[in-house]
Amino acid sequence: MLVIALIGVLIAGGLIAWLSEGWNRDWPKWVSLVTIFLAAILIVPMFSLQPLVHQPDHSEWLLIYDYPWIPRFGISFLLGLDGLSLLMVALTVFLGLVALISSWDEIDKRPGFFQFNLLWTLAGVVGVFVALDLFLFFFFWEVMLIPMYLLIAIWGHERRAYASMKFFLFTQISGLLMLVSILALVLFAEALTGKLSFNYFDLVDLPLDESLSWWLMLGFFIAFVVKLPGFPFHTWLPDAHTQAPTAASVLLAGILLKTGAYGLIRFTLPLFPGAANDIAHVAMLLGAIGVVYGAIQAFSQDDFKRLVAYSSVSHMGFVLIGIYALQEITLQGSVMQMVAHGISTAALFMIAGALQHRLHTRDMNKMGGLWMDMPRMGAIALFFIVASLGMPGLGNFVGEFLVLMGAFQVDLHIAVFAALGLITAAVYSLIAMQKVFQGTPTQGRSLADFNSREVSTMLLMMIGLTLLGIHPQPVFDMVEPTLRGVFTLTSPAGTWLGVSP
Amino acid sequence: MSGLQLQALLPIITLSSLILIQMMFIAFARNLRLTVSISVIALLLTALSFFPMVDHLPISATPLIQLDGFALFYSGLVLLGALMVTFLSYDYLRDQGERQDEFFMLLLLSCLGALILVSSNHFASFILGLELLGVSLYTMMSYPTRGLFTLEAALKYLILSGVSSAFILFGAALIYAIEGKLGFTELAGMNHTSAASGQFILLMGSTMIFAGIMFKLSLAPFHLWTPDVYDGAPAPVTAFLATVSKGAIFALALRLFTTTGLIDLDPLLRGLSFVAMVSILAGNLLALLQDNVKRILAYSSIAHMGYLAVAFVVAGKAGGQIMAMEAASYFLFAYFLTTLLAFSVVTIMSIADHEVDTTNLGDYEGLFWRRPALAAVFTATLLSLAGIPLTAGFIGKFYIFSIGVAAEAWLLMAFVVIGSGIGIFYYLRIIFAMTKAPRTDVKIEIPTASGWVAVVLTVSLVLFGVYPSPIIDLIGELMISFG
Repeated sequence: MLVIALIGVLIAGGLIAWLSEGWNRDWPKWVSLVTIFLAAILIVPMFSLQPLVHQPDHSEWLLIYDYPWIPRFGISFLLGLDGLSLLMVALTVFLGLVALISSWDEIDKRPGFFQFNLLWTLAGVVGVFVALDLFLFFFFWEVMLIPMYLLIAIWGHERRAYASMKFFLFTQISGLLMLVSILALVLFAEALTGKLSFNYFDLVDLPLDESLSWWLMLGFFIAFVVKLPGFPFHTWLPDAHTQAPTAASVLLAGILLKTGAYGLIRFTLPLFPGAANDIAHVAMLLGAIGVVYGAIQAFSQDDFKRLVAYSSVSHMGFVLIGIYALQEITLQGSVMQMVAHGISTAALFMIAGALQHRLHTRDMNKMGGLWMDMPRMGAIALFFIVASLGMPGLGNFVGEFLVLMGAFQVDLHIAVFAALGLITAAVYSLIAMQKVFQGTPTQGRSLADFNSREVSTMLLMMIGLTLLGIHPQPVFDMVEPTLRGVFTLTSPAGTWLGVSP
Repeated sequence: MSGLQLQALLPIITLSSLILIQMMFIAFARNLRLTVSISVIALLLTALSFFPMVDHLPISATPLIQLDGFALFYSGLVLLGALMVTFLSYDYLRDQGERQDEFFMLLLLSCLGALILVSSNHFASFILGLELLGVSLYTMMSYPTRGLFTLEAALKYLILSGVSSAFILFGAALIYAIEGKLGFTELAGMNHTSAASGQFILLMGSTMIFAGIMFKLSLAPFHLWTPDVYDGAPAPVTAFLATVSKGAIFALALRLFTTTGLIDLDPLLRGLSFVAMVSILAGNLLALLQDNVKRILAYSSIAHMGYLAVAFVVAGKAGGQIMAMEAASYFLFAYFLTTLLAFSVVTIMSIADHEVDTTNLGDYEGLFWRRPALAAVFTATLLSLAGIPLTAGFIGKFYIFSIGVAAEAWLLMAFVVIGSGIGIFYYLRIIFAMTKAPRTDVKIEIPTASGWVAVVLTVSLVLFGVYPSPIIDLIGELMISFG
């Protein structure tokens, strides 16, 4: 019941937060805080779960729940938790906390409804990470969009109407393509097995016709790559990120993008292993273009949030390369990159939000010399900028390094091209640092530095990134069974060695 | 006529006699509350009168009426719609002067026509139901004396609807000329029996009937009346037109086309497919240009009828019939809930205004801050129209997708995907308008009856969006006894 309780707590917390606004405008954020702490408490025991060895079909899973839901279509309320899901769920709740803290003093309009949307986004994302029934997965996939749309549309910045609409349209249309694919897959599977079922375990690696399998795969692939976002489907992201309130940017960059990568690993690869191999080369190329293109775009931005947004396009390109290089170390690297990028980008957006809150601008040309005014913020920003450009010893480096190392063996040209991204990352990151925090400070400006609440959140994230950087093995071990399963399906001839750098 | 057959006519008899009783009361003891109470009792009693025959389906009562699970389901929808519209109309008309009682009688008459339509198995009962429904509806549209727009709407609908009825009649005549029969069941498989020269006339006839029906369902290219009539008619009447009237005619069309085998006519099927695509595209694209909530809902209903027409196309393919009817039934159920809810919000917004309905997008700005609950309800409605999960509309859309994919109608599915994508744009525009800063601080009063209607419908909308199995099972059981 742990997973259901987790989703239930977030949903209930959202409703209570909304209602509590009627009594006191300060309550909703406290309700939210309590809810997220409760959720965190529920996650702790999940780490001690052992695989379900006594269930031969799901021997690699930690938890499986299966309740009938819509029997007419063979749809069940099927939730499963394995190492990958658990890692993502934990990241979700952690970044939920970060999002809450980052918006602690920022929201003065309808705080209750804001917290409601925040918590429901988290609930939707947790659902996405644990749903194993394809219908249920699609359900959560769509559910997480609406509160996020409202967060951007109501509390966003000056061009919020445009940005929120674009975000919704991109994800919705690609989602519908996925729905068509899901339905077609289910119906063709019914023709093969005689059983109408949306159950993940019934659909994995079916002997489908090759061209059919390719088209079905494409539906999933596009939906996930839009979310990732991969080049050329990334255009919604800079707008959405820039216009979103800080908390929504943190959630978007930190976890919503990861649902795309998660979907690729969990669904696209195992459901269509053959077709995945066919598209692997194209996907890697898209990833590499994303890496370089994102970096170039980031370099030419004046808007700090937009810069971070484009850097996300660049970093998530590595994830795409890693997944489709289909090597064990690249898969591990991708997961590591997902977690590390989630944390570092969330931190950068939190800094961007803090800057906007204090200076009422995101234009980097109007900043400069802020280190003198806010030394704590400056130091912390330096840490995360260095982390995001891939400094050895921090999590991002491990991810990108593993991806490049594995990709090198698969396709030399793509790997070399993508490696350019590491250099450009250093350029745009350091220039941003220089424009914002160094230089001559404006006279007569008094700005509040990070307070203890913000510093402690940042500290948590810094510890997290450092741990990932110097001792990544626990994460590798955690997701190893999942990735091994994916690897054996997609590369039947390959051998799985186990990563231990 | 056996007892069982008499029983099958019981709902019609019940409703007719209660309409007479209501008329007497209006004549001798005029009281709006009493009239409305009789309306509610009449609708509930009619619903109850269906129960004794549930175990004996299907029953043919005279060649005109065929009561089966299909008819039962749509009768239920019609009664539900009529009941909700009765409550809405009560709030809407209450403060509009004294002569409002007859409106409720017309509403019941219209509902009677719809009941006849959904169970009719013969061209005679078809025309009878259609006219009973239509004539009462014209009057209902022009009944509230709120400016000239209602008159314009009523007149437009009267003329165009009259023309389409003429088309249907002439089509039926053509079919009769070749086959010499008018009962749907007797006409089964007619296109296989007649000679080649007859074939052409049959096709002409069925195309004319088809055109008439498309007009009533506001499918493109016969949709031109829809926005004006939706906009001009009083909000509760628009709700009735959008749900009860269209639902009943759709049910009849589905029965007509499947029983008589018209659906097997290849040109007709291709025409339907084309109409579905054009409706989806036209409805969604034209809705983008509107700044009026009722007109947006009008165009959105054109698109929704287009989605529904997918069911027709699938029903024409081998083996798709049962699944298509199931899908259409759920889609229509969700459409009923959603549309009724949308218009109950419009009604609530419009009650304070005595001139015209409150339909400008600007009037909805800031609703989230003025009346959060009402805005949340409207948001749920719009999301349901857009087919987003947690709402019944999603399951309906899911059904349409699943039959389309099962029938491998890929082109049609592409249109549904594109249409849904465009649709999101204008639904979100309304939601976004509601989140803006309010223009006025005038308090919006929520009247009791309409408020409850909104609550009941919202709960059902979410409940059947999250847990649709009861309705799916019900539809599955009822569809077995079709025919």
